[in-house]
Amino acid sequence: MKLRFLIPAAVFAALIATFGVMLHRSERGEYNPTIVQSPLLGKPAPAFRLPSVDDPTTFVSTTDFLGQVYVLNVWGTWCVGCRQEHGALLEIARQGLVPIVGLDTKDELADAQRWLSTLGNPYAATAWDADGRAAIDWGVYGAPETFLIDASGIVVYKYIGPIHMQAWEKEFVPRIHEARNRQGTATGNPAS
Amino acid sequence: MKRVVLAVLLALMSIPAIAIDSESFDDPVLHARYRKLTQELRCLQCQNENIHDSNATLAVDLRREVRAMLLAGKTDEEIIRFLTDRYGDFVLYRPPFVARTIVLWLAPGLALLGGLAAVVVVVRRRATQSFDDATDPASSNTAAGADSQ
Repeated sequence: MKLRFLIPAAVFAALIATFGVMLHRSERGEYNPTIVQSPLLGKPAPAFRLPSVDDPTTFVSTTDFLGQVYVLNVWGTWCVGCRQEHGALLEIARQGLVPIVGLDTKDELADAQRWLSTLGNPYAATAWDADGRAAIDWGVYGAPETFLIDASGIVVYKYIGPIHMQAWEKEFVPRIHEARNRQGTATGNPAS
Repeated sequence: MKRVVLAVLLALMSIPAIAIDSESFDDPVLHARYRKLTQELRCLQCQNENIHDSNATLAVDLRREVRAMLLAGKTDEEIIRFLTDRYGDFVLYRPPFVARTIVLWLAPGLALLGGLAAVVVVVRRRATQSFDDATDPASSNTAAGADSQ
């Protein structure tokens, strides 16, 4: 009968335990309350056709990459995290598992060109999204953001924040293989 | 002299009020809808502000988009749909009532009902106990009654 008075204490202890677990997970980077799950996952990638940063007289379009698994990296020269991840992008491009398409958003063309020529260019193609409209279509709210798109043009995964090799190996590489295997069985071709 | 200074200072205080309304509409109805929409949409770049109050670049861009859609004759539902398609329900300060948010919506009401039920139970018990105490002061219930008070 008297144990009833322990109920509030038990509820309180459970609450403290929950807070403790979540704090611990956020410290280890497993849980981040500011990351918002993208509604684009599992849906067709928003299309764009924009001038190329490398040569603004030509265009970069999402349809150019239809039929292959690719990564879309949203960046800008104003973005500190993009500078942090640049080395990792160069390494990913060097490994050559998938092409990286750049979406340079809310940027000056000359700044973007200087960035790529001085820091190195990991992108198979870079689209220049001067007014940030394409980034809005992709639901971007804080560059850098990196998307994985499968061969049928479906967004498979989104990574928010500066990418690093551990995240690439852990989150992207298995999904790339999975997307290729799925595609292989769907078309009857052996997986590459 | 004092009055003149006071008048000038008071007039100066109204300047920010004029500055805020830089994104006004000619049509007051459109303007009211614009205010209501932007106040109910969350800015994802600075997650505890709405896009009406925030000066983050994303909020400025989304205000521009909302404004353009209003001028193009889109309905409130279409504008909200445009944003939830891209950013998810998280942009809404007033989340929809769906299966996923049912706990969110019903929890306050359930907590209130639970609290009321607890109060009723406690009050009733105390009423019986004091009745017992009054009629039968020698009863062994007295000890238990004192315990819970």
